[in-house]
Amino acid sequence: MTPEVPDDVTAADLAAYCLMLGDDALVLSHRLAQWCSRAPDLEEDVALANLALDLLGQARVLLARAAEVDPAVVPELPAGSPAPPEDRLAYFRDAAEFRNLRLVELENGDFAETVARVLLVATLRLAVLDRLATSTDEVLAAVAASGRRELAYHRDWAARWVRTLALGTEESHRRLHAGLERLWPWYAEAWRPHETERRLAATGVAVDPATVAPEVGAVLDDVLAGTGLVRPELGEPPGPGGREGRHTADLARLLEEMQSVARAHPLGRW
Amino acid sequence: MTGPLADWPLYEVFVRSRRGLSHVHVGSLHAADDEMALRHARDVYTRRGEGVSLWVVRSDAITASSPDEKDPLFAPGGDKAYRHPSFYHVPEDVPHL
Repeated sequence: MTPEVPDDVTAADLAAYCLMLGDDALVLSHRLAQWCSRAPDLEEDVALANLALDLLGQARVLLARAAEVDPAVVPELPAGSPAPPEDRLAYFRDAAEFRNLRLVELENGDFAETVARVLLVATLRLAVLDRLATSTDEVLAAVAASGRRELAYHRDWAARWVRTLALGTEESHRRLHAGLERLWPWYAEAWRPHETERRLAATGVAVDPATVAPEVGAVLDDVLAGTGLVRPELGEPPGPGGREGRHTADLARLLEEMQSVARAHPLGRW
Repeated sequence: MTGPLADWPLYEVFVRSRRGLSHVHVGSLHAADDEMALRHARDVYTRRGEGVSLWVVRSDAITASSPDEKDPLFAPGGDKAYRHPSFYHVPEDVPHL
């Protein structure tokens, strides 16, 4: 039984919003998965894989919901392909059709930059999901309810590492500082709501990210307290970005790797 | 402050399952300190719904019996039936004796 689309929203808007949240999770999941067999030690390798799998689970539900609500967004495949709609969305869309923030598609960088990125994304996403748990769309509310528990752990994991590196050796502090400096400009994109987010937030379906900026700022200040690292104001970016389908070359390279097998065998059964 | 990887102490991990009464040893791992050991244990040993409670203990905090001492410590009292508490009736409302 398909949960109904709430009355006061269009299917296209709801699907677009699901793709935004879903693509954030899908792309970051793949970036974290790229650490497999390359992490500093065995336990962190497992931890990063855990984080990636948590996000992949969220992505799957969100992409499936987008396809269910608005089948027009799903890429056409040759007749007879057994790929379910969420797989088609993940593996057969081109970069311009992805709706993730550009922050999550950037190349990984070193471990310090990776934990910094997880901190930034998890803090934002947790704040959004906390409020999304009362969404008038049943599926979003359910995703939020289970996702916030996972993200609470992601944020805790990242915060511990950020503090450990910031207060560690001169080299770890330097690398963390460099990682954060590289990421701050991309964080700005998160705070300017897309018009779809604005429309849906007005009806209680979605969360306007601008409304969680103060909370996110407070959490980051808390994590960075005493480390000598300072965050910039959470301002707005100058032009269109990931939510509008404008992406960096990093995403194209990521998709080339991630989608290569599926695209080579569109009729494949996995 | 964390030292080089080779210095990270070893921890033993114990998990109590939802229906269990006691923590069971499930393995070991390296970590820089106690808090990190708990996080590592959560990531490595509890991803399939194994449990509701985790203990981590530094391995060097555990004093263990040596295999050589097996006989003197654990020699079965099989021929000393009078030492086994099996000659009285256990009351109904004492479940976990």
